[in-house]
Amino acid sequence: MTDTTSGFGTGFETLAGARSSTTEGGVGTSPERPDGVLKVTGDFAYASDLWRDDMLWGVTLRSPHPHARIRGIDLTEALTLPGVFAVLTHEDVPGRKTYGLEHQDQPVLAIDTVRYQGEPVALVAADHPEVARRAAARIAVDYELLEPVTDAVAALAPESPQVHAAGNLVRHVKVRRGDRTVRGEVVVSGDYEVGMQDQAFLGPESGLAVPDGLGGVDLLVATQWLHVDQRQVCSALGLRPDQVRLQLAGVGGAFGGREDLSMHVHGCLLALHTGKPVKMVYNREESFFGHVHRHPARMHYEYGADRDGRLVHATVTIHLDGGAYASSTPAVVGNAGTMGLGPYEIPNVEVDCFGAYTNNPPCGAMRGFGSVQAAFAIEAVMDRLADAVGLDPVEIRVRNGFHEGSVAPTGQVVDSAAPVAELMQRLQAMPLPPGGAELDLRRLPGGVSNTTHGEGVRRGVGYAVAYKNVGFSEGFDDYSTARVRLFAAGGVPMVTVHTAAAEVGQGLVTVEQQIARTELGVDVVVLAAKDTQVGSAGSSSASRQTYVTGGAVKAACESVRRLTLTMAATRLGRDVDDLRLEHGDVVDRTGGTVVALADLLGDAAVEDTVEWRHRTTYPIDPETGQGDAHVQYAFAAHRAVVDVDVELGLVKVVELACTQDVGKAVNPQAVVGQIQGGSTQGLGLALMEEIQVVDGKVTNPSFTDYLIPTILDVPPMPIEVLEYADPHAPYGVRGVGEAPTISSGPAVLAAVRAATGIDVRRVPVRPEDLTGTR
Amino acid sequence: MRVTVTVNGERRTADDVWEGESLLHVLRERLGLPGSKNACEQGECGSCTVYLDGVTCCACLVAAGQADGREVTTVESLGDAEALHPLQRAFVDAGAVQCGFCTPGLLVAAHDLLARDPDPEDSDIREALAGNLCRCTGYEKIIDAVHLAAERMAAPADGGAR
Repeated sequence: MTDTTSGFGTGFETLAGARSSTTEGGVGTSPERPDGVLKVTGDFAYASDLWRDDMLWGVTLRSPHPHARIRGIDLTEALTLPGVFAVLTHEDVPGRKTYGLEHQDQPVLAIDTVRYQGEPVALVAADHPEVARRAAARIAVDYELLEPVTDAVAALAPESPQVHAAGNLVRHVKVRRGDRTVRGEVVVSGDYEVGMQDQAFLGPESGLAVPDGLGGVDLLVATQWLHVDQRQVCSALGLRPDQVRLQLAGVGGAFGGREDLSMHVHGCLLALHTGKPVKMVYNREESFFGHVHRHPARMHYEYGADRDGRLVHATVTIHLDGGAYASSTPAVVGNAGTMGLGPYEIPNVEVDCFGAYTNNPPCGAMRGFGSVQAAFAIEAVMDRLADAVGLDPVEIRVRNGFHEGSVAPTGQVVDSAAPVAELMQRLQAMPLPPGGAELDLRRLPGGVSNTTHGEGVRRGVGYAVAYKNVGFSEGFDDYSTARVRLFAAGGVPMVTVHTAAAEVGQGLVTVEQQIARTELGVDVVVLAAKDTQVGSAGSSSASRQTYVTGGAVKAACESVRRLTLTMAATRLGRDVDDLRLEHGDVVDRTGGTVVALADLLGDAAVEDTVEWRHRTTYPIDPETGQGDAHVQYAFAAHRAVVDVDVELGLVKVVELACTQDVGKAVNPQAVVGQIQGGSTQGLGLALMEEIQVVDGKVTNPSFTDYLIPTILDVPPMPIEVLEYADPHAPYGVRGVGEAPTISSGPAVLAAVRAATGIDVRRVPVRPEDLTGTR
Repeated sequence: MRVTVTVNGERRTADDVWEGESLLHVLRERLGLPGSKNACEQGECGSCTVYLDGVTCCACLVAAGQADGREVTTVESLGDAEALHPLQRAFVDAGAVQCGFCTPGLLVAAHDLLARDPDPEDSDIREALAGNLCRCTGYEKIIDAVHLAAERMAAPADGGAR
């Protein structure tokens, strides 16, 4: 192995023989992100920064009740307020009145029933946001309150009231493999629970809809997938795709929370009704109601092993609360079901994973997507099994962990690197942080609240492993489109890359430039605006964009390169196989310049548009869950070190170390950023983040009461990145973004258990869970 | 009402301001300075951190009328694309910027820290930036960036430091 250490103290290991790019700013380097300067000067235009001279402000009236029938809506008082331009209800939706990612079950505006607190009921456009808010408050909605369904397990009982006419079951995934009557000699089992996490992206849902005067509309919006939005907006407006043009506005984080529509249709409706541009910006409270959350989970896990700690069987039941509308619940259930046993070889398995409708807030995509919830149970059970057979947490994972060639519970063979054992062993070999010799309040549980000077503080260490499917699974046609144009301007060769792939902060824009530089040997790469004038890129989710849109950009560049070199060969009478593109020139085998690209191209441009797909996946068998459902697996592992004040139940994470295999670090700095950010979101779920829902109502929709980790809550995060190239993927990449969010929380929980001796089975951990005072 | 504020050294006036508007709203929607961000509008996230008469505060918690006659300094004044402040340069170089929505507030808060303490330790940086939420980075690279800026400001290589 060669060590290609990056500039920020993180070691990168490359497989011997793997060729890394030498192109400046190309693949394998960490060039400056193209939006970096704009973001530090305040000039980057986020969706909430958009502005037009004559624009109106739109607001949404939402249901205060989790379940109610609407007997009537009186708009009179709202319409008479000076400054109000439009007040709209479901009657003003010209096309299909419901939408959704997988099932079109969610009303654009409530029709006769509201099924969750916060469901949109009416819209107002006015010349000032406060006028719009006051008008919305004057809309009189006559509700007949109904009993809400609030328990995802009870919702599936035959006697439960139905949230939707077709019943409360969204999806049931079964995985059956081996002999279900075979049991391990040593068996552990338990019930685990995960609370509802919020994506809490900082940039609120926002957008600007601009009518074109011809019945169509341009929508500038913060989103994760322009084309799936366009499809749903067209359907609701009854317009053609050429009449509804979307452009990506600056996105202030996403993490799954922008996969579903927010203000999209609403803004367009108001703009088309008023003939004026309409801006909508949610405030933080509305944001908590304006997007889906991570599914809360209740899970029963039983794992059995032989006396040596080798897994023999697993029997698992998972209930996910999908809330009032389906969103991406079917896919989340698919993930939790097929991935819900962890990266371990288990010959005999029985998994039942259910997603249910309730009158709780709708749940859908969030980073880790079904794998996060399951990992808390899996890793806890693995630790208990280790205890029962007398192994340490590292050894039991080394003994059972996937390796290349392992067979997953779905029967799918893991056909590229799966270095679970190495990830664990490398973590264990990393030095531990020093114990509390130094007394700095800021490093103790409770911090500057001055709640302890070290008395009652116990240290614990815990480990966990993550694996996550990369890309869309189960036969989904998961592709991306890239248009690449090579031209010369002012004697300088340049490339334009046009994709619709959403930059949400992860740095995909940098990666697109890097790939074009590497493939075309050109320094200057311009990115066209992300919009629907080019084909779909698929979603910026499922850790997939570097793989899939990266693959599309690479393929389009390869095509443009072939066309360009053929042009050069023909014109110069050379053999095309002898020519390459390098440093803005066409060069021969010796590296000598044959012709400068700018001279070759002149006024001409070489362009191609390519739709690129990863290898095919297949649906799973509905009775056995068997099938090659997934494209690729990502692996990460964490070691958490915590100090717990056992008298007060306060936890301070001292260090959170991570090892992850990324296949190929296309941008090492961005890879580390993804790992650190993802690890932090997992830490948050473990210790503090929960949307608290009581009788279907959210009690903490603010950053005062919904806590996300601050810089004081986050410890140093040493990272080792491995690069075992996946031969099936472009450049060998393996999706990066989600895996660290999966294992960090379970590692923290394991460390808390080790420190306290308390078998905590619910996250987030509350102080009273550790003090026995609940 | 009319609100007159000296923003980034320039006297600016906004008319027809509703009494309930925040300084943040006036900066963003009336004075064309959207650099200060609207992430929570309840003083919890620090994305709208500005200087008010030289003291950092959340612009979302200041009523516009309270700022009348006072001096406001926003992220837009730190530096521009041609002449970035070393902190801005360091945030880009260190990878401290992902979605960037927290960045303007963090830059102002870090600017305030370095003015008080030109060579802060990790714990000092964590304490000073504890009022600024970031959801993307996990904060590690933000700490790297503040150290990097402090180093460069202590030994300016090209005279670019302010």
